[in-house]
Amino acid sequence: MAALGVLDSANLNGGQKLAVKYFAVSVALFGAQVLFGLLAGLQYLNPEFLFGILDFSVNRMVHVNAMVVWLLFGFIGSVYWLLEDESGVPVVGLGFGNLIFWIFTLAVVVVVLVYLLVQVGPGEKSSIWLINEGREYIEAPRWADIGIVVCVLGFFYNVAATFMKGKITGIGGVLLFDLIALAGLYLAGMWFTPNISMDQHWWWWVIHLWVEATWEVLVGCLMAYGLIKTMGVRRKIVETWLYIEVALMFGSGILGLGHHYFWIGTPEYWFTIGGFFSALEPIPLVAMVVHALFDAGHHKLKSNNNPALGWIIGQAFGNFFGAGVWGFMHTLPQINLYTHGTQWTASHGHLAFFGAYVTMVIAFFYIAVQKWRGNVWMSGNLVGAWKWKWAMFLLWAGMITMTMALLIAGYEQSQIERAIGGSDWMAYFAAQAHRWFTQAMVWRQVGGWMFALGFVLLVWDLMTIGKRETRSTYVIEPEMAKAAV
Amino acid sequence: MAETQTQALWWASESFWRKMAIWVTAGSFVVLIFLTFDTVKQITAGGKRVPAYSVINHRVDYVFDEERNFQVPVIGPEEPLFGKKLTEDEAEALVSKGKLTTQAKNCMGCHTLLGNGSYYAPDLTKSWLDPSWGSKEVREQSMVEFLMDPTDKLHNAIGRRMPNLGITEAEARATVAFLKWMSAIDTNGFPTNFQPIDQADAAPEVAVEAAPAVEVAAPVQQ
Ligand code: HEC
Ligand code: HEM
Ligand code: HEM
Ligand SMILES: [Fe+2]
Repeated sequence: MAALGVLDSANLNGGQKLAVKYFAVSVALFGAQVLFGLLAGLQYLNPEFLFGILDFSVNRMVHVNAMVVWLLFGFIGSVYWLLEDESGVPVVGLGFGNLIFWIFTLAVVVVVLVYLLVQVGPGEKSSIWLINEGREYIEAPRWADIGIVVCVLGFFYNVAATFMKGKITGIGGVLLFDLIALAGLYLAGMWFTPNISMDQHWWWWVIHLWVEATWEVLVGCLMAYGLIKTMGVRRKIVETWLYIEVALMFGSGILGLGHHYFWIGTPEYWFTIGGFFSALEPIPLVAMVVHALFDAGHHKLKSNNNPALGWIIGQAFGNFFGAGVWGFMHTLPQINLYTHGTQWTASHGHLAFFGAYVTMVIAFFYIAVQKWRGNVWMSGNLVGAWKWKWAMFLLWAGMITMTMALLIAGYEQSQIERAIGGSDWMAYFAAQAHRWFTQAMVWRQVGGWMFALGFVLLVWDLMTIGKRETRSTYVIEPEMAKAAV
Repeated sequence: MAETQTQALWWASESFWRKMAIWVTAGSFVVLIFLTFDTVKQITAGGKRVPAYSVINHRVDYVFDEERNFQVPVIGPEEPLFGKKLTEDEAEALVSKGKLTTQAKNCMGCHTLLGNGSYYAPDLTKSWLDPSWGSKEVREQSMVEFLMDPTDKLHNAIGRRMPNLGITEAEARATVAFLKWMSAIDTNGFPTNFQPIDQADAAPEVAVEAAPAVEVAAPVQQ
């Protein structure tokens, strides 16, 4: 064993060695997301900025694609992180897993280079096979789609085979089931049709059923593991909660899909179904807050990894506000008629993705660095604790500033462009030129810079936290049945 | 094991919730599949909600419907796009080419279509009906010219231009066909309160011209 406080892969099991590779790429792509978000935001302030060189569409595409991929890499890494712990056996096909990692990473690099250098193609099938598909979030060209499916299947095989060889815990069972759904859904977004209604109908299967069903359950699994690891919460409790969350999340989220079927040509019955079920979606998110806080309070916030616990509690709140509250506010058709496709949506999109997913992946980064440095002390009186605290503060403050600015812009647009102006070309620009809108764009950029600063600090902290720390963390005793309420 | 105390409460037991999770998920999924069959049938091109591609041979309007209480597309008299009537297959090929162009150029990276996409440029759902094209006589040509070279055709006070995306004339025409077809989709009244371009016949000179002010939008409904 290496000395305490030194990054040494000898501290990690096989799955975890692979996990930290995924985490490294994940952080790099997170950086790309922030960078291109800043560029896109600047173009709102100065439309001539990079005009004709890196147009808004290019920056935005890289911004949201980097997000999807870095979160997926973070999730895959997190699953590899917990795999040997949960299953009790070494990862079955580690060499294979490594190979997939390199192929996947290489494919991502090629896709991004083509986005940046080629940008657009002629209106032919070859363009969507080779350059980009022009469909938000899943712009990746078809060759890459196929590559992604193959990589994810390989990953799934590894996870499934490992659990089957060892033991399938409650967390493991839910995870397996969820990963099949997650990978299967991607197929719904992989074909061309001239019919834009049909296109968007299936496109939402991927986007909505990912973020409001399968990804939610995935982070539910990660949360369950995280609570056991950082505080020693009893497995029986977290697994029962996990089942409750699955029931509530899938019970509301699957039919909640209908809240995207109000205006795209789909039948009117979706008003009722989509409105009703999506309005129930905040319930599981409340349950998650209750669960996380109850456990944290029950353990008197005593954890072996304060930064991770901080981000986990942040996840519970961020998920509840970003997805639950912000989502609920525009989910009824009577309101969505005016907010649909305005900055209102962007406000929700930012807070939800950050609150629900970014937070959880960051928590896992912290769980990983702790063990990577030989299980160093990461509780109270941590040396250099200001860094993680400031990173966390700046990321949250930046995100909240952006969200609020976009919310104001969204209200202004709903009113001036939509309700009054009737959403035509001139009405759109009347709203964009309004002072409330332009001011909001300035504030979004201010929030963006705060966020970027927080990101830099986060990376610095992840590289240094626990360095030369001399204390070893205490061992979390699995809690006895009797102690639980 | 030592869990008797919690197991006594059926509603707090692990196995109860495991079963719930499975049944609720399976149940919701089955309902979704049934609804999907129906929805896919209804949104297949050629139906009542999503028209056949040959609708581009006709005038398309957007009119308030008393019964449904929102605006709906109305298919009018024959008015072939670019003055050339197409067969169903030709129309589909053209719209398909237009749709491919929107994907290859990533229009959704700036615009919304049916309200989905990006918020940097106007929604294109009813772009075909936008009053800013001037008059219905010049619309088709204006659209083609705009798409092929939009950079010097600024229409707003904040200087936000659409870049030149290398769209050829054939692609531009196909894209206009796609936009015209899209404007005929029944979107349950989205966008609301939209005032379409004047398409009435007869009157030869109906100068709709000059940036229509936003404030004038007369409440057609509610
Ligand atoms: C880089 C961003 C960007 C991309 C990509 C882009 N547009 Fe635009 N588009 C704009 C902007 C900005 C305007 C407003 C221009 C103005 O007001 O002068 C606009 C205006 C338009 C208009 C007129 C607006 C209206 O309401 O009718 C149409 C039509 C249009 N674009 C179609 C397209 C199509 C089709 C594509 C894809 C082939 C596309 N655009 C790609 C930025 C973009
Ligand atoms: C973590 C979970 C969630 C994430 C990450 C998320 C993210 C997003 C994103 C990014 C969009 C914009 C999609 C686009 O580009 O068009 C969106 C749209 C939407 N979301 Fe969520 N969401 C979540 C949960 C919810 C919940 C729980 C609700 C409802 C209660 C909700 C309601 C909506 C609605 C109504 C829209 C459509 C907005 C429009 O009409 O433009 N979301 N969501
Ligand atoms: C530096 C900070 C950031 C800036 C300046 C920024 C800026 C932007 C801009 C300008 C857009 C385009 C919106 C539009 O079409 O008008 C956008 C879209 C988006 N961004 Fe960010 N962003 C930042 C960080 C993030 C983060 C951290 C996340 C989440 C993890 C995120 C998620 C998204 C999503 C989901 C969309 C699509 C929203 C939608 O279509 O509704 N962004 N961002
Ligand atoms: Fe949704």
